[in-house]
Amino acid sequence: MADPHKPAAHPHPDVPNPDTDAYAQESELEAHLQSKPMFINMGPSHPAMHGTVRMKVHLEGEIIKNADCEIGFLHRGFQKSCENVTWTQCLPYTDRLNYASPLMNNFGFLNAVEKLIGLEIPERAQYIRVIGSELHRIHDHLTCVAATGMELGGFAPFLFAMEARELIMDRVAELTGARLTTSFGRVGGLNRDLPEGWIERTLKSLDKIRELNIEVESLLSRNRIFVDRMKGTGIISAEDAIDYGWTGPCLRACGIDYDLRKTRPYWVYNQLDFDVPVGEHGDNYDRYLMRIEEMKQSERILRQALAKIPSGPIIVDDWRIALPPKPEVYGTIEGVISHFKLVMEGIQVPAGEVFDATESANGELGWYIVSDGGGRPYKVHVRAPGFPILSAVSSIVTGNMLADLIPTFDTINMIGGEVEQ
Amino acid sequence: MSTFALDRVTAQFPEAVAERYLDRTGGAWAVIHAEHLPKVAAFLKHELDFKLFVSIDAVDRLHLAENDPRFEVVYFISSLSRREHVRLKVRVSESQLEIPSLVSVFKGANWWERFVWDFYGVRFAGHPDLRRVLLYEEFQGHPLRKDYALRDRQPLIPERPIKDIFRGPGTSGVS
Repeated sequence: MADPHKPAAHPHPDVPNPDTDAYAQESELEAHLQSKPMFINMGPSHPAMHGTVRMKVHLEGEIIKNADCEIGFLHRGFQKSCENVTWTQCLPYTDRLNYASPLMNNFGFLNAVEKLIGLEIPERAQYIRVIGSELHRIHDHLTCVAATGMELGGFAPFLFAMEARELIMDRVAELTGARLTTSFGRVGGLNRDLPEGWIERTLKSLDKIRELNIEVESLLSRNRIFVDRMKGTGIISAEDAIDYGWTGPCLRACGIDYDLRKTRPYWVYNQLDFDVPVGEHGDNYDRYLMRIEEMKQSERILRQALAKIPSGPIIVDDWRIALPPKPEVYGTIEGVISHFKLVMEGIQVPAGEVFDATESANGELGWYIVSDGGGRPYKVHVRAPGFPILSAVSSIVTGNMLADLIPTFDTINMIGGEVEQ
Repeated sequence: MSTFALDRVTAQFPEAVAERYLDRTGGAWAVIHAEHLPKVAAFLKHELDFKLFVSIDAVDRLHLAENDPRFEVVYFISSLSRREHVRLKVRVSESQLEIPSLVSVFKGANWWERFVWDFYGVRFAGHPDLRRVLLYEEFQGHPLRKDYALRDRQPLIPERPIKDIFRGPGTSGVS
């Protein structure tokens, strides 16, 4: 019987073995790196792959010849779950789409439902929605920038960004009662008003966040290692980005000026003064710079909105849509009935369909909603911005070095929760 | 709501448009015959500058008042220069669940069509790589159809029964 530990002889001794014979005449110092096509699995346990995504990479040396991206199994059955609960009960599901900016998903969904009903929400509620969204835009971009810096070897900017993120988390927790699972919006307005002293605390936090952002920027933007790995890598042309359906900072990094807050203004964005930064090269470095610039613009929006916010109600006064005030529930039969019907049967949204989109941190967050006239959505489709962006990663990284995959995957800011639908 | 794109499509391909209507929010829709979809999409992209591919999804109309044919595949395409959406629909019956793929026109259609195939079972003729995108290959059925039970489970590894936890109606994967 053959010894299993003995290496097998080359099957065709007359034919040169490409692994050993091809470079036999070269001296050791000048020898080529032996390479043959290799398949490796990046992820799902690779830290850059978010614990779910698996890239089946076909390598020749260090060059990626082909990459097949599998999203993995983070599925919660978002659409199916929403179609089996009342409109208001969908809110906790929407929070968890993009867990770096839950308020934006929350408000985006509500905006679509309100459009289907034909409902105008009070101005104060619109301001608070803008404030919540922009706080979470900074939060989302900080997460992305910090993770990018850390995965390319810089831990200090990550810590500074986390400190800034904590400040936002604290303000959000004061506002909504939760750091992550906010469920703050309601059809027709909001759950509750701003707490006392919240505006002053937020302004102070913004000052501190600006300082920390300057630290992050100064540590990364001109860092030799960071710039060398980001500039000129992960390039996508503007035509390709549009063809794939990219939106948000990743599209704007290609030089396309497209921002729903400007092109189809919603809430009170048309009353606020801000710029839309636009990149040039469509590479990783531009996508990083876009997020840095957008955070500054969000801060501008926040300071204006906090100064201009009017007083008034935060939810519509219509008991068919919003829960009646508690004294009415406890004191009047109409209040009890409205409360009971809203909780048990849900809001009766008129039959029809709507497509509506808001500009979330990663791009166009679209909702296609069909109602059959009942208290539950018949169909909820979410057009998550991360889904088309992730679909293009394989084509971006093909032909480039394996090491470029990490910054590319970081700067597209793929969020498992929204991609899995 | 401007209906510029749909007017041009109707003028160019009158045989392709089965129906046009406004939804209750004023959004303009066109129902397209499936066989004309690729040329309508190519016309929108190359002639009318509707280049941003937003998304595709399907609706299972099983429990709606109008439920024949059963499925509607909906397309959303945007124009960056005109700042407009165009919304198209293709209706497809359960017995003829196949419509032409748009991957040759829009690269972004690739994953969305896989998504619709995965969850509704609508096949896209001419798609280069039509396989499930979110669920695993061995999965039986299409879970976003209305006749797929909410709590139906198909675990790859049998779930262990857990004491005192009610997983709700439907098969739990534990026999």
